[in-house]
Amino acid sequence: MAKYSAQIAGKSKKAAAGFTRPLLLTPSEDMLGFLSGHLGRAALFLITATSVVAVFLIFYFVIRESAPFFFNKSFPAAMARIKEFFTDSGWYPAATEPRYGGLALIVGSLYVTLGSLILAVPLGLFAAIFLSDIAPFNLRQICKPVIEILAAIPSVAYGFFAVMVFAPWLQKSLGFSTGTNALNASVILAIMALPTIISVSEDAMSAIGRETREASYALGATRAETMVKVVIPAAHSGILAAVILGMMRAMGETMVVWMASGNAGRIPSPWWDLSQSIRTMTATIAGDMGETPKNSEHYYALFTVGLTLLLFTFSLNLVSEYLLGKVMKTSRGGK
Amino acid sequence: MEPKSAVPLKKTGAGNAVRPQVAADSAAYVDSGKPAVISAERFSFFYGSKCGVNNVSMDIRTGSVTAIIGPSGCGKSTFLRSINRMNDLIPNTRTEGTLAVNGCDVYDKRTNLINLRQQVGMVFQKPNPFAKTIFENIVYGPRLQGVRSKRRLSEMVEKCLRDSAMWDEVKDDLHKSALALSGGQQQRLCIARTLATKPNVLLMDEPCSALDPIATARIEDLIAQLKGTYTIVIVTHNMQQAARVSDYTAFFCLGELIEYDRTDKLFTNPAKKATEDYITGRFG
Repeated sequence: MAKYSAQIAGKSKKAAAGFTRPLLLTPSEDMLGFLSGHLGRAALFLITATSVVAVFLIFYFVIRESAPFFFNKSFPAAMARIKEFFTDSGWYPAATEPRYGGLALIVGSLYVTLGSLILAVPLGLFAAIFLSDIAPFNLRQICKPVIEILAAIPSVAYGFFAVMVFAPWLQKSLGFSTGTNALNASVILAIMALPTIISVSEDAMSAIGRETREASYALGATRAETMVKVVIPAAHSGILAAVILGMMRAMGETMVVWMASGNAGRIPSPWWDLSQSIRTMTATIAGDMGETPKNSEHYYALFTVGLTLLLFTFSLNLVSEYLLGKVMKTSRGGK
Repeated sequence: MEPKSAVPLKKTGAGNAVRPQVAADSAAYVDSGKPAVISAERFSFFYGSKCGVNNVSMDIRTGSVTAIIGPSGCGKSTFLRSINRMNDLIPNTRTEGTLAVNGCDVYDKRTNLINLRQQVGMVFQKPNPFAKTIFENIVYGPRLQGVRSKRRLSEMVEKCLRDSAMWDEVKDDLHKSALALSGGQQQRLCIARTLATKPNVLLMDEPCSALDPIATARIEDLIAQLKGTYTIVIVTHNMQQAARVSDYTAFFCLGELIEYDRTDKLFTNPAKKATEDYITGRFG
């Protein structure tokens, strides 16, 4: 076989009637092409690998810095630590007998995240429906970029608005004892999550092609029926992914919650009372880190908070990746 | 070209008037015993300022299969989609003249689009089943009409699938995704789904252009079976297909109706030079 192909190669080099450039070249004959092909591939691989490695390094670093919080002591003491962190709501790292109960912070984070979702998801979905199916083309062309600008406003600007404008207004018109509270943070986070939710779910609904909508209209469906029975079911995984992306935005947000939530590390009671101040994991890390000596117990505790946060967003991210993958499949016409 | 409101809603029963676009000796009007179910009267359709269909007058008879042929961009799809107002989804369009279905101008303000589209069903060029099960695809229309009984829906599914000649192929897979079907099966499912709304008229917009010859033959058989029960208007690029399946053929060119006649006459002895050139392949 090898002999045969060598024969062909020999023949074609000699007998290339009309072919002015050789068809077969060894790497040494075509050094430039060989190098640019391989080096280019290697360079691009390195660049891609850097960002992947960065993710792993972040995980490694956060785990390494948080591990001493649990594992520098005897086994029962470590278990007690873990138990304290997830069940105690007292976060008093500066007390003479410090307590590192993370429950109030975890609850605070979930509180503002869910609060903002309750506001942002219905608003975002209705806006996405309007943009994808009802708004005239010109209006959509104007609206979408403007909504996406919402995502470009720096979060400290939102925080400034929350503290200087929204908080006094809440105090004055709703009679809250403090304006910087869970409601304030939820509303501002909702505004920040809106562009993500609108834009991703609008993309998912627009990906359901005109053909599908026409099929529904041609069977005598109204616009609302088409939306509810065909477009939204077909786009549901994209819509869910939009919600999760918005959720990640709200959960990972730091500056706004730090400024707007009041930073009181306790679980509101009664639980539905949005007018009370709360404290989130992100705001705790940002607020405490500056005044914490490195390698102190408090320092390790903050990294544990960070690790918890990272695990939350990481799992949300995995879920959204999975759902977005399903969207890609359905829009390509798979099963 | 009168404004729309100036044209009275005319009951088009006889349809034996001589149309300006049609040759006077046109055999299309010989067997005018059957009433026209669709009747265009100086109908024009505009995309913005661009004219898609220009001053078309034609009657389509109840129970017949009418093929519309013509080169790309000649307005045949536009005309077809005007009949059940699918063009409404395109912004910035406008019509002139009247286009009557069962004697009522569909571009009247009072037209109920839901009733119109349930009775004038449409099958599209690309099979477009919903991302639901076969069963759900078919009961979509009846459910919109308020049919709730599970038993009646199952009966309908069976009847529509039998009518579209695919019951034996899919009877065990009714609850599998319609997207798993082949292209030809998907298109027949779309026909079945349209039949489920109990239409009187079936509009088919190049229903076979995405299909292989075997699936095409199936659809053509199906059209032959449905003929008589339904009035069928089919847009096609395939002139053999037009000759095979239709009773009447209309030739459109540049938005105008050039010739409309019995299929056998139009293909063997066309009255217009343009028609002859097109069907013999000298142009278009």
